[in-house]
Amino acid sequence: MGTVELARRAWVVQVMGLPVSVHLRGPDVRTDAVAARVERLFAELREVDATFSTYRPESVLGRLGGRMPDPATAAPAVREVVELCELARARTGGRFDARRLPLPSGGVGFDPSGLVKGWAIGRAARWLGDLPDHDLCLNAGGDVLLRTGADRPGWRVGIEDPDRPGRLLDVLTRHDGAVATSGTARRGAHIVDPRTGRPATALRSVTVAGPDLLWADVYATAAVARGADALDWLATLDGHEALLVDAAGRVGATPGWPGR
Amino acid sequence: MRRITGWLLCTVAALVLLFSYKTSTMGPGGGISAIAAGADDTGGDPGTTGRPGSAATSDSGSTRSGSAAGAGRYDGSVAQTRWGPVQVRITASGGKITGIDALQVPDGNFRDRQINDYAVPILRQEALAAQSAEIDTVSGATVTSDGYRESLQAAIDAAHLR
Repeated sequence: MGTVELARRAWVVQVMGLPVSVHLRGPDVRTDAVAARVERLFAELREVDATFSTYRPESVLGRLGGRMPDPATAAPAVREVVELCELARARTGGRFDARRLPLPSGGVGFDPSGLVKGWAIGRAARWLGDLPDHDLCLNAGGDVLLRTGADRPGWRVGIEDPDRPGRLLDVLTRHDGAVATSGTARRGAHIVDPRTGRPATALRSVTVAGPDLLWADVYATAAVARGADALDWLATLDGHEALLVDAAGRVGATPGWPGR
Repeated sequence: MRRITGWLLCTVAALVLLFSYKTSTMGPGGGISAIAAGADDTGGDPGTTGRPGSAATSDSGSTRSGSAAGAGRYDGSVAQTRWGPVQVRITASGGKITGIDALQVPDGNFRDRQINDYAVPILRQEALAAQSAEIDTVSGATVTSDGYRESLQAAIDAAHLR
């Protein structure tokens, strides 16, 4: 109330198979300099896709056909992703496991896509990270990264109801960090429990809010794979809070969830 | 807080008007339906106070139930439309709409069911269109390029693409 309305501008590009939207608030959003930085961000995401997409036979991952890249010989970015996938497997008790996933080309193999999106968005956001007096809200297919300057209002993040797209379960106001949602709402059961090799169906969606998009997204995906005891596990994650909907439509949240 | 409550009540009223409009223009004859303005005071969960003094909603044609200001359920008054009584309930959290349901719709015959099948989804879309101005972004299970066009996020993006 009473605050001056900040200029706001959005850009949307389809990249990595997703709609990626960038919203900026601040005095310079109409300038060519800011638009050029946004373009660099999208260009970097296209490069990431050209390297990591398992849908492209000519990409680094596509050429490997499901084999894990050798960290000893891989390019630095590829090595970083392989190492992060291993860290994610350790941090999730094996519920996030990029090594044995169904591949677009058929068969089972290494597919880091579930981690690459969050990694790439967090990394590309640096093109807009040093703009003083500007706030950033970046949404990649439903996963959100936020940055807000001091003394400015946070971003209002609606959490979508997985059973009724377009309706909201909750609204969070956040200044920084990330909000990531994984689930089965949009594409059917597409999260596989690595322990069984079968689609995880106990949870409809899991939303995780935390400091970092990569980890919020990994934890949300791992929680869907985990199923019934996901909420207890999510509550053990320092600095993260979660909201979930189970297959019966019941809504649950970790004790520190801010929206309820 | 009074401002938020007022906005919610306006929304309830607007939704009832919208519903009445849709039903009356779809039927033969085209008569304009009357909207009942009185409060329906039968709502309110047992075990809650129903309307704390600070919310002051009881004189505005809606009934509020819930524990926190700006949160809970707001039941619109029953509107007598051409086709029968209509009542909507808005669920709110943090001063924002999180759901909308039709509590009463006319369902006496086949034509009324057709009307409801059409009008109730429109009710929800209108409520969300109003609400999308109040949120900045949407987190949900992965939106593919195909699904994006109809998403709430697309509507929010479109409002700021310039």
